[in-house]
Amino acid sequence: MTTTSTTQPIVQAKDLNKSFGRVIGLADCNFELYPGEVIAVVGDNGAGKSTLIKCLSGALTPDSGEMHIDGEEVFFKSTNDSRAKGVETVYQTLAVAPVLDISENLYLGREIRKKGILGTVFRSLDKKRMRKEAMQSLNDLGVLTVQSITQSVETLSGGQRQAVAVARAGAFGSKVVILDEPTAALGVNESARVLKLIRDLRDRGMSIILISHNMPQVFDVADRIHVQRLGRRAAVVTPQSHQMNDVVSIMTGAMTVPEDQQQLTPVR
Amino acid sequence: MSSTAPTTAADEFAHRATPMQKVQSSLHRYPWLSPLVVLALLLVIFGVLGLVLGVGDLENLFKPGTISLMLQQTVIIGTLAIAQTLVILTAGIDLSIGAIMVFAQMFMANLAVYTTASNVTFMAGQNPVLAVFIGLIVATLAGGLNGFLIVRFNLPPFIVTLGTLSIFTALTLILFKARTIQGKEMPDFMLLMSTKLEIGPLTFTLGLIVMLLLYVLFAYILRGTAWGTHVYAVGDDPAAAELSGINVKRVLFSVYVVAGVVIGIAAWITIGRTAAASPNVAPEINLETITAVVIGGTSLFGGRGRLLGTLLGTFIIIVLDFGLSLAGLDQAYRVLAIGVLVIAAVAVDQWIRKVKV
Repeated sequence: MTTTSTTQPIVQAKDLNKSFGRVIGLADCNFELYPGEVIAVVGDNGAGKSTLIKCLSGALTPDSGEMHIDGEEVFFKSTNDSRAKGVETVYQTLAVAPVLDISENLYLGREIRKKGILGTVFRSLDKKRMRKEAMQSLNDLGVLTVQSITQSVETLSGGQRQAVAVARAGAFGSKVVILDEPTAALGVNESARVLKLIRDLRDRGMSIILISHNMPQVFDVADRIHVQRLGRRAAVVTPQSHQMNDVVSIMTGAMTVPEDQQQLTPVR
Repeated sequence: MSSTAPTTAADEFAHRATPMQKVQSSLHRYPWLSPLVVLALLLVIFGVLGLVLGVGDLENLFKPGTISLMLQQTVIIGTLAIAQTLVILTAGIDLSIGAIMVFAQMFMANLAVYTTASNVTFMAGQNPVLAVFIGLIVATLAGGLNGFLIVRFNLPPFIVTLGTLSIFTALTLILFKARTIQGKEMPDFMLLMSTKLEIGPLTFTLGLIVMLLLYVLFAYILRGTAWGTHVYAVGDDPAAAELSGINVKRVLFSVYVVAGVVIGIAAWITIGRTAAASPNVAPEINLETITAVVIGGTSLFGGRGRLLGTLLGTFIIIVLDFGLSLAGLDQAYRVLAIGVLVIAAVAVDQWIRKVKV
């Protein structure tokens, strides 16, 4: 099953260690994400999922180990550093500003100014262009069920807000999108819409890391499943090679998978 | 996944808005609508009482002379309320605005005029232009001090500005010994903002025009620039703003600095308006600016409000002031009315926040 591939991982972590006092978050943890795939990160509470993801998004700095984006070694000190390298994170807490409208939220922190003296001297925002492009990126993702792009985000449902957050992450030439429990706060229909959004992002060539506790959703959308256990990678499997209960067994340590039965290279 | 039939039904139900919900969502979209209605109602009530029923001297309220005077009277509250709006939009509050304004105007006057009574005679007798300029810088630094303490030490704005309120009040008394400097002692440039301009039947002052220009300028900055968007985002949800890559601390700090600049301009306007620099020029000014902002529909919880509302809120205070006194009522009724309006405004704000569109 293991095929040798020359594809370079877009995100690679080698022997990451991170401890909080005497609590070990990551112990020589490895991780690879290949271009254009969805990798799900699953694991029991305390397995180091969040710590791994926070290291990759710059929210935490690992004690030791290497991280590479597109083959280039990176040292993230803040989430802005990772964003500058094309790694966007969508947080569980729906990090949008409710009173601002959809287009203002999409462009929050990277507003476009008008050309010429209006933009350089008077710092005038090009609202027309931002609205047009915001509309375009929501259309591209097929999430435009909103009445208007100038609707404030607080008037949207949880699923629509999450769609805005995901669209925001995917809209700015980012290469990697990290989604932390994107459906945790959503209903069934809304979750389905967000999963579709994830597939659409992948089909547009983006690489996605999905952290989720929801096994059916993981098996629905993931190309590969990274199982985290006791601060390290226990196995990488695919929805085809293993069943949901196998994955749970790996998570809890009841089952181990020999390396030659794992899927350490991309399937796509 | 199943089709979205139930959602559609729910959507349909949601769109059957009652008249009350329509009012609520309009107020939500246009926060300056409620002060506009209140101001219009006040004018109608005073109009009927004065012009139809002939109560007291209320008919005088609508004479060009009174209107001019009312407009001129708005400059102190109105200008300072711009600074207060900026701070309240970030979910903060500035209790030191009045104290800093008084400190800055005393600073300006004591630089320009030589008085033996002050403790700063060694730096008196400056060029008045330089005096005003230094006063502006002093106010900006004072705003910066508020911002620094709030951002650097993570202190609540209420406590920091309560502290600086006392500090600047005390500094005013210590440095300038509470001596009022009269307008006639000052060089003309100090009183420039009181220059009268005839516009139709009305008489404007330069201070009034500067205040209105500041409203236009800051309305543009708040709605038309990235900084303005960031002010709203930070006031609305600082955590979300931070995760969106906004430097929340820098935005907060800059808001207090900018508020300081506006306070400095207000100090110069106040010298013109009152034709004096006095430590007791406007003892109630702090609460009045907060009142103007809150009546104007800006939420004390941050992130919601428009500068136009603050201007209307200022007009409401002044019209109430003149109307009630022309009607022959005691000052106490005006204070009572303002109190009722403030509570009503906050209640309306809470109601608007629950909007479903």
